[in-house]
Amino acid sequence: MKRMVPPALGIALLLVLPLIVTNDFYLNLASQILIYGLLALSLNILLGYGGMVSLGHAAYLGIVSYTCVIVVGAGYGHAVAAAVAIVVSTASGAVFGVLALRASGLGFLMITLALGQIIWGVAYRWNDVTGGDNGIRYPARPSPFGLSIADTPSFYYFTAAVFAVALFCIWRLTRSPFGAALRGTRDQPRRMRMLGHDVWMIRWLAFVMSAFWGSVAGLLYIYYNLFISPHAISLQQSAEVLLMAILGGASTLTGPIIGAVIITLIKNVVSTYVDRWNSLLGAIFVVVVMFMPLGLVPGFRHLWERLAARGRRPALGADAAPEAGA
Amino acid sequence: MTAPALQISALNKRFGGLPATKDVSLTVMPGERRLIIGPNGAGKTTLFNLVTGDLPPDSGSVRLFGQELIGVATPRRVALGLARTYQILTLFGRDTLIHNVVMALLGLSPLRWNPWVPLAGQRALYAAARDALARVGLAASAERVVAQTSYGERRRLELAMALAQQPKVLLLDEPLAGLSQEERQSVRGLLDSIPRDVTIVMIEHDMDTALAFAERITVLHYGQVIVEGTRAEVVADPRTREVYLGD
Repeated sequence: MKRMVPPALGIALLLVLPLIVTNDFYLNLASQILIYGLLALSLNILLGYGGMVSLGHAAYLGIVSYTCVIVVGAGYGHAVAAAVAIVVSTASGAVFGVLALRASGLGFLMITLALGQIIWGVAYRWNDVTGGDNGIRYPARPSPFGLSIADTPSFYYFTAAVFAVALFCIWRLTRSPFGAALRGTRDQPRRMRMLGHDVWMIRWLAFVMSAFWGSVAGLLYIYYNLFISPHAISLQQSAEVLLMAILGGASTLTGPIIGAVIITLIKNVVSTYVDRWNSLLGAIFVVVVMFMPLGLVPGFRHLWERLAARGRRPALGADAAPEAGA
Repeated sequence: MTAPALQISALNKRFGGLPATKDVSLTVMPGERRLIIGPNGAGKTTLFNLVTGDLPPDSGSVRLFGQELIGVATPRRVALGLARTYQILTLFGRDTLIHNVVMALLGLSPLRWNPWVPLAGQRALYAAARDALARVGLAASAERVVAQTSYGERRRLELAMALAQQPKVLLLDEPLAGLSQEERQSVRGLLDSIPRDVTIVMIEHDMDTALAFAERITVLHYGQVIVEGTRAEVVADPRTREVYLGD
């Protein structure tokens, strides 16, 4: 029962937030955090569980958004556009995976970077379709199941619902046999082969799953902004998502979400007071990497365990069995 | 006549200009215990790597019960009944012993593609893994993390993982290396308890154990088979003394 507490608290927080945060600006910020949080979570399937560093993850944001705009522009409805966009984007991910998985380590990183830049380049140059540097608009938010998500609180709830479903699926993935196999290919690829696991296929499927959830985040992105331009899918964006996952802790499920909270807040709130918010972000990153090299979530968990152990020792004696953290 | 469990024919592998495996042919019959010996650098582990597919050979053939393995991906060879242990331990160090064995079992189960069901709920899998650990005397350590176990325990875990897969042909790369005298004794007993439907090819330097265990012995030297025969034949052969047993 005790393990049900954190998810229950999380859901309660998501539900109650609009009652506490009544200011539209901040509630919109919460929606943004959830969108980037999902993007970082999807990237972390590759990074944290598969040990593959990708620098092209913003590409899915772009493919989904532009496809949505194009399909709706051709006269189809929102539902068709969303379905086509997700399929096209995930399929692109499948092709990217085939290309990127020809290499590993640094080579993998460079290929994903190049693929991300290609998508960016197409968006930037293909003026007739993408509007080039000026970007392109999406007409209006859809009304899924007849419910309007046009205003800020209802869009927030829509985003929160999608986010919760995605988080649940990714959580299941990390605890599943496939998730265990994926971690196995990260730690001992050669041994995995000798145990009968198809390492390439496991990595590729993880790549496709990562692309799928990244695409879902992209769909939320275009619904939120109703606008897409090449700036949204630049290398800077891909790097920021990567930073979110690393900052929060790539080895944990919740780390990328924490990373998304911090980076999105710094970008949007602190930047109104401090001009050099990018430098501040850099400084925070350096400090975190120095003192908590595994990221904030594992770092604070470790700190908490140490403090808890210290507090307990005089009273009970050191008999607390260390629990294996996931 | 039944097909040999493992039939290697005219196998060649060069690293740069250096031949690591040179025209090696050997035939291991089902149920046989074969020992491969030879000085360091004789190409014993390379031979295993060629059989498992860790390395592609330059030429030659490897057949498992008559089926050609060259060109077949490693996981597929495992599915055909091949298993091995490593000389250099390659375990999942941050995970528990039982998780390591579960990974071995998953390798042969279609369940490994499932991204939805919780792994921890797979009782049959964990029961089989517990059995495999019990077989090597590690039942009590199942929940310990590999990084916190002794070298001897890890060696036995390697064996448990290979045995859990119920292989037809088992390749053991120095299963006794680095073990204490008592640990050797227990691993030796363990090897003797493996049923005869498993064919075993073993690389080992501990001659007492190895000679007691094997029926036939192959001596490799500079990647070539120089002597092959029964225990008595190989020990009596002057070429064996020359390259391996010393003056």
